Amino acid sequence: MPAASTYKLSATRLNRLFLAGELSAVEITEAVLQRIAAAEPKVHAFLEATADRALERAKKLDSRRRGGDTELGALAGVPVAIKDNMCTDGVPTTCGSQILKDYVPPYDATVVERLQGAGALIVGKTNMDEFAMGSSGENSAFGATRNPWNQGRVPGGSSSGSAAAVAAEEVPLSLGSDTGGSVRQPAALCGVVGMKPTYGYVSRYGLVAFASSLDQIGPFARDVEDCARLFSVIAGPDRRDSTNAGRTPPALKFGGEPSLKGVKLGVPREYFAAGIDPEVKARLDEAIAQLKALGASVEDCSLPHTEHALAAYYIIAPAEASANLARFDGVKYGHRTANASGLLEMYGKTRAEGFGPEVKRRIMIGTYALSSGYYDAYYKKAQQVRTLVMRDFEAAFAQFDALVTPTSPIPAWGLGEKTDDPLTMYLADVCTIPINLAGVPALSVPCGFAGGLPVGMQLIGKHFDDHKLLQYAWAFEKVTNHAAARPSLEGGL
Amino acid sequence: MATKWETVIGLEVHVELSTETKVWCSCKNEFGAAPNTNCCPVCMALPGALPVLNARALEYTVMAGLALNCEIPHYAKFDRKNYFYPDNPSNYQISQLDLPLCINGHVEIALADGTTKQIRIQRIQLETDAGKLLHAGDDVAEADSSLVDFNRAGVPLIEIVSEPDIRSAEEALAYLNKVRSIIKYCGVSDVKMEEGSMRCDVNISLRPAGSDRYGTRAELKNVNSFSAAARGIEYEIKRQTAILEAGGEVEQETRSWRDAKGVSVTLRSKEEAMDYRYFPEPDLPPVVLTAEEIDRIRQTLPELPDSIMHRMMNEYGLSAYDASVIVAEKEFAEWFDRTVMLAGKASAKAVANWQTNELNRVMNARGLGPDQIPLRPEQMAGMLKLIEQGTITGKIAKTVFEKMIESGKDAAAIVQEEGLTQVADEGELLKIALEIVTANPKVVEDWKSGKASAVQWFVGQMMKATRGRANPQLATKLVTEALEKHAGQG
Amino acid sequence: MALTRKQVEHVAKLARLSLSEAETEMYTEQLSRILEHVESMNRLDTSNVAPTYQAVALQNVLRADQPHQSLEREKLLSQAPDHEAGCFKVPKITEG
Repeated sequence: MPAASTYKLSATRLNRLFLAGELSAVEITEAVLQRIAAAEPKVHAFLEATADRALERAKKLDSRRRGGDTELGALAGVPVAIKDNMCTDGVPTTCGSQILKDYVPPYDATVVERLQGAGALIVGKTNMDEFAMGSSGENSAFGATRNPWNQGRVPGGSSSGSAAAVAAEEVPLSLGSDTGGSVRQPAALCGVVGMKPTYGYVSRYGLVAFASSLDQIGPFARDVEDCARLFSVIAGPDRRDSTNAGRTPPALKFGGEPSLKGVKLGVPREYFAAGIDPEVKARLDEAIAQLKALGASVEDCSLPHTEHALAAYYIIAPAEASANLARFDGVKYGHRTANASGLLEMYGKTRAEGFGPEVKRRIMIGTYALSSGYYDAYYKKAQQVRTLVMRDFEAAFAQFDALVTPTSPIPAWGLGEKTDDPLTMYLADVCTIPINLAGVPALSVPCGFAGGLPVGMQLIGKHFDDHKLLQYAWAFEKVTNHAAARPSLEGGL
Repeated sequence: MATKWETVIGLEVHVELSTETKVWCSCKNEFGAAPNTNCCPVCMALPGALPVLNARALEYTVMAGLALNCEIPHYAKFDRKNYFYPDNPSNYQISQLDLPLCINGHVEIALADGTTKQIRIQRIQLETDAGKLLHAGDDVAEADSSLVDFNRAGVPLIEIVSEPDIRSAEEALAYLNKVRSIIKYCGVSDVKMEEGSMRCDVNISLRPAGSDRYGTRAELKNVNSFSAAARGIEYEIKRQTAILEAGGEVEQETRSWRDAKGVSVTLRSKEEAMDYRYFPEPDLPPVVLTAEEIDRIRQTLPELPDSIMHRMMNEYGLSAYDASVIVAEKEFAEWFDRTVMLAGKASAKAVANWQTNELNRVMNARGLGPDQIPLRPEQMAGMLKLIEQGTITGKIAKTVFEKMIESGKDAAAIVQEEGLTQVADEGELLKIALEIVTANPKVVEDWKSGKASAVQWFVGQMMKATRGRANPQLATKLVTEALEKHAGQG
Repeated sequence: MALTRKQVEHVAKLARLSLSEAETEMYTEQLSRILEHVESMNRLDTSNVAPTYQAVALQNVLRADQPHQSLEREKLLSQAPDHEAGCFKVPKITEG
């Protein structure tokens, strides 16, 4: 196997080749690190490359394999990148923020432990919107990641680096986090598979919290099978997270004739409302036709409270965030201002210097929504709206196995295009936010292009039906093969 | 005409639970460890850390609630209380707002005038303790900088909130003592105010006697002992009375008690009052308890002081006073029970007598705490047996008692080693009596002339001669016999 | 419903964020617009709707009362902006 295209191989393939002794972990790692070095100037997906550690681990893996060890793991030999809001022991974890610029966690997130237990080779931490607040990657304190399909465009956010790294073939797999669409939306904009598992499937221990009741860690991959493999490694019980459901997803096997016979799909009309790009709509219509051709029955349906989900989210998420980010105060870790004569000044200046404008906006909205006299009108009201959104989904899932929508109403927009008005940016998440409020699983799978830019189709399922979504997505992928498309990164690398 | 003012007091008592580990993480719950050595990502609020509820903290809270006669609601949840302070790593405290673990309890307090009164308990909530701040120079207002030790951050705390049923410093003290005693008996906390495992905030207001509306209250913090609570209350009564008599209005504010100076000072005015922005804790699912589970916990409750007191009074015929001294501390009650078990039920009153008098005296003199009782039940029971058997006199017993404490030895061993056995041989005693009588003709004359104290004197001499070992009744009898014999001899 | 400058100043104080004049101005405008949008929720009648705080309902998640290995103090303090005598050091605390 020529080393030059090793980086193009899927995780499933790499794992098989490694276990068979056809490719060494060191070879794989070196190929990937080379690719990263070449692509990074154009993409800027990574904040930190952990090359030395990865090579160390790769050497150990190789030696174990040579020694006859067969329990090397479902991701043995596979390079993975991790969004920089997941703690990695001894490796800086910045959350894309100045306030944690030099912060090095003394522990690993559960997902990191699980990856390592499965033999994965963590090659770096990826760029993101600061504290996962953003939909374009432009809120990173360390420069925006670029969309590999068009470097003048945003990759989406907040898991911008993780999506771009996979799309640019820098790594076959990466982890992101999804609070209002932060895995699915960049997956759609970058033309890769991205998934938000059911809330409670994947442990949040070690994920720097943004909105505790909405956050979930999710996989990025270039195809569904790879995505499922990563999902099966990270999902499962963890006693360190009290919101973890303690469940292990059923094992998945892909193969045979792709078919969706007997599957009932619903298409909620609210997701195709005004504001959807006509090309995006066209791609979705084509995708739905494909789903029908596979044997699924597809029907129109309604999730009437969809339009209010955005408002509810923009109260609930900031409210929880305002409390979660209070710990960044210059006392125990992270940035502390150099100019303070007393504690109050220290708090105020540290946080003013350390947080970017979007983070400040959300902290303030959240604080306001919880403050005396406003709690009922904002926070409580939002949680009541959440109930209505959940009921919409419950009613839909009484009829359908899954729902089909666009992941993003528009394809990737230009860098700087929406940064003047925070509200416009928020509207980018209309299709993804309701899913987080309900805690249901959803994934985005590439379904074509709009003016040369990727379009994603979102599949939404009921709680703990993640494996079903993956099956449906796999069938769709098999007959459409959008996963084969790769960005050229302008200039033949 | 001067208004008569009624004092209205509500107390908030914080108690640290004596679990092995902290409430949200498995770090040791340990007093006195080197700073920041019992810390982890969770209690340090490192980014990404999450809380997990300690099962024993939950159990202890329910126990405390049941012991304080509370209802245990079927459903309880946690909330975040948001405020910035360096001893609070996450700058929010996980506490309970509207659905705490225990509600609607009460305790009965006994007052000096012999009456009892019920003080209602509004709620008991489980929450999180903060770390410790050390200020350069010990005074936060003067210090240039402060040092933070997070060992205590995350220790489970229960907050016991009373209704404003308390009307005086005396009632407040009785309530505090009662609550402390009950909690101690449950074994869920060592409730030591000096170590901070029990703390108290006082809410106090005045209103015209007979009014049913509440006056404006001041909250008094930094009350570090029961006696400080009493002093703080007395001061506040004076302070608020003065304001009201002058026609002014009491400020609704939080004040800090400065015990050394004997005054309270404003800490936070109403305008500066904290907006805690409570919201339900998203990282913790609710606690749902079935009737069976609550019952199971109820079964694990030990016998509580009131019940023990009544039992002692009924079973053993102890006086209310003696019983109350004995149940004042769990260790005393246990010591009593064990001693009575060894010495036999019939000795109960004697045990009580020795415990509330001699033992109490010795412990007070030596400043010993209830966990430092200097005498084993076996020793006490052993000595009582010797008295009962007549081996030693009551008077010698006092000596033996002291020596048992000094040496740790059993009564029998001491009596033997020091030759303290009672002398009860009539023949021997008579011989001694005759010798003394013969040697003291002058006192014999006194006796002849009817002086009653003469007999006393001779008995005293007998005691001297026998080094206190003579049986007093026999000594008296035989002295009289000796005198008569002597007189008879002419 | 527009936010006033005073409200934004108050909220910034609660959140311990020092804002300049210009920033307060800017955020007042931005936050007002966001909240105006959020107001759309008020069109919904939620009088008989219970709030949902946790999407996947769990209960009684407990842990045994057994100690684990705590973090080495060195590791903790290595991240501290300022420390002394094994403790984290903070500047003058001006409020109680």
